[in-house]
Amino acid sequence: MKLRKGVVVAASAALLLAAGCSGTGQAPSAESAGGGGGTYGYNFTVVTHGAAGDTFWDVVKKGAEQAGTDEGVTVTYRDSNGDPARQSQLIDAAVNEGVDGIVVSMANPDALRSSIEAAEAKGIPVITINSGQDRSAEFGALAHVGQDEGIAGRGAGEQMAAAGVTKALCVIQEAGNIGLEQRCAGFAEGLGGSVENLQVENSNPTGAQATIRAKLQSDPSINGVLTLGPVIGAVAINAVAESGSSAQLATFDLNGDVTQAIADGTMLFAVDQQQYTQGYLPIVMLTLYKSNLNTIGGGQPVLTGPGYVTRENAAQVQDLATQGTR
Amino acid sequence: MTTTLNPTPPAPPDTDERVARVGLLRRLVLRPEIGSLIGAVILFVLFAVSSTQFYSLAGISNWLDPASLFGIMAVAVAMLMIGGHFDLSAGVLTGTAGLATAVMTTQWGLNIWVALLVSLVICLGVGFVNGYLVTRTGLPSFIITLATFLMLQGLNLAVTKLITGTVSVGGMAQVPFFDTVRPLFASRINVLGVDFKIQILWWVLVVAIGAWVLAKTRFGNWTFAVGGDPVASRNIGVPAARTTITLFMGVGACAWLVGSLKLMEQTSVQTSQGFGEELIYIVAAVIGGCLLTGGYGSVIGAAIGALIFGMTSQGIVYAGLDSDWFKFFLGAMLLLAVLANQYVRRYAERSGR
Repeated sequence: MKLRKGVVVAASAALLLAAGCSGTGQAPSAESAGGGGGTYGYNFTVVTHGAAGDTFWDVVKKGAEQAGTDEGVTVTYRDSNGDPARQSQLIDAAVNEGVDGIVVSMANPDALRSSIEAAEAKGIPVITINSGQDRSAEFGALAHVGQDEGIAGRGAGEQMAAAGVTKALCVIQEAGNIGLEQRCAGFAEGLGGSVENLQVENSNPTGAQATIRAKLQSDPSINGVLTLGPVIGAVAINAVAESGSSAQLATFDLNGDVTQAIADGTMLFAVDQQQYTQGYLPIVMLTLYKSNLNTIGGGQPVLTGPGYVTRENAAQVQDLATQGTR
Repeated sequence: MTTTLNPTPPAPPDTDERVARVGLLRRLVLRPEIGSLIGAVILFVLFAVSSTQFYSLAGISNWLDPASLFGIMAVAVAMLMIGGHFDLSAGVLTGTAGLATAVMTTQWGLNIWVALLVSLVICLGVGFVNGYLVTRTGLPSFIITLATFLMLQGLNLAVTKLITGTVSVGGMAQVPFFDTVRPLFASRINVLGVDFKIQILWWVLVVAIGAWVLAKTRFGNWTFAVGGDPVASRNIGVPAARTTITLFMGVGACAWLVGSLKLMEQTSVQTSQGFGEELIYIVAAVIGGCLLTGGYGSVIGAAIGALIFGMTSQGIVYAGLDSDWFKFFLGAMLLLAVLANQYVRRYAERSGR
């Protein structure tokens, strides 16, 4: 009996040892200058509020990692699944490690304040990305790289109004994200018509499809649907088809399905914040700052969008979207 | 390998033959928390080997941060589990606690101390309702608290948006008397130049209270009895319903504490807070040796389970591992812990007679 228990403990030790070993293999290469075979050899950490496996954030991750390769710096990407407490703990860990720079998405600025300020107190430059534009400078961040959600939402509203939409749904896929609420507010402003917000869950596309379908069936006067993410955008196409509604569709952000739908004409356009650049640019900016004390934009936000993907440019973007960089 | 199969024969005639003498080693192995303790030591060594930051004071402060927040809840959840029940609403309830306090202070201008008190009453109320429904209907707590979980999730979002128009409530730092609350919930204790959050002390306090209640009080005995065999415990006069309801209210109280700690630390709270964390509390309790069937487990074990969670969640960061693997390790550890516990229990059953 004792022996068998020993086997369990040994197995667990072996498993965890495997975890530990690959860690020891990685850490020194991160520390030693130019470990990636590049020139600068800085060590940057990206901490986002995104979830692991989310298509949007996977593109951000790709952008950051590609920039790391291009610039010859080490980039570590961490996600926190929308939990601000977790995100601040990850920032604290990066500060302890004494990294050369930190990139943070600020969906919930207040929660991250003390961690970001602790980084700056230690002389570690911080760049905010994606959300939190209006608080970025206040927290002493070097720069903000992202899309102004209000401006982007308004742009989407104006384009939809031009296409004849008067009554629209704004489909929110992530409860608790302020940026999404700002997009819907901007959208309502730009459209000038009536806009109703609809709450669905990004992790449950089938359920979202049913919810959108039900909404369209119960109110035939709805003639426009704006989704705020590509996963829900793709299911909204099905929902519109199933409900027999003639509502026009548009979405925020891209994936292969969305660009295909735009090329086919089943979707009007996509508001593209080009999140690849939100991963890529901060790494370049941090490298420039560390090596040459350059700052971009003098504290003004660096806008990565909105870019619009319409029928005209959909085909070119499509190839890139399926590669996961758009 | 010690063969302690000789306890019964040499027992002196004046002792009851049902009370067998058990060797020290065996008694140690029979403790519910021993498996998790071994696991925690192994984990610590592995992470310490892979990164010197991990065992630096700053590193320890860093992984005690998640461990303490989850650990406070794990105490209450472990006691409830020993009492034979689950609470799936525990995670979302931490969000409810924070949101209630934040809305009452920032939107309605209620005194922050009064708001904290009202929010505590709300949390205890949710615990009471859970416990009352479970005892009155006899339905599995899994179903009852699943319903509460969903209702709270909806309420957190809908009520907050109704009152504030948005999905997160901020501005706690501007609330009058915030400075009088902050030291209690969000201050730092400086140890040799490194800041430790006060929530770690709260965790130690809650663990101490939980361990004492479970081991030294009549209520603790009732908890084990109700979880072990509800019918038999009622027959010998244990107030089963009252015990169960109290255990659920204990979860409510801890959820209030965690919600308040997070709120004062972050000075804002979002409607999705706590969602999904209930499973991690259960993971911590199970790693710590609690049986899913009730009647067995320990508060110290749950605390070590939370410590394992904290060390893993930050340890993979220090070890430089890709965060995509985090959930895999958590799952693997849960599986190993449950297997180890099963072996220990079988061993315990054999050595019992």
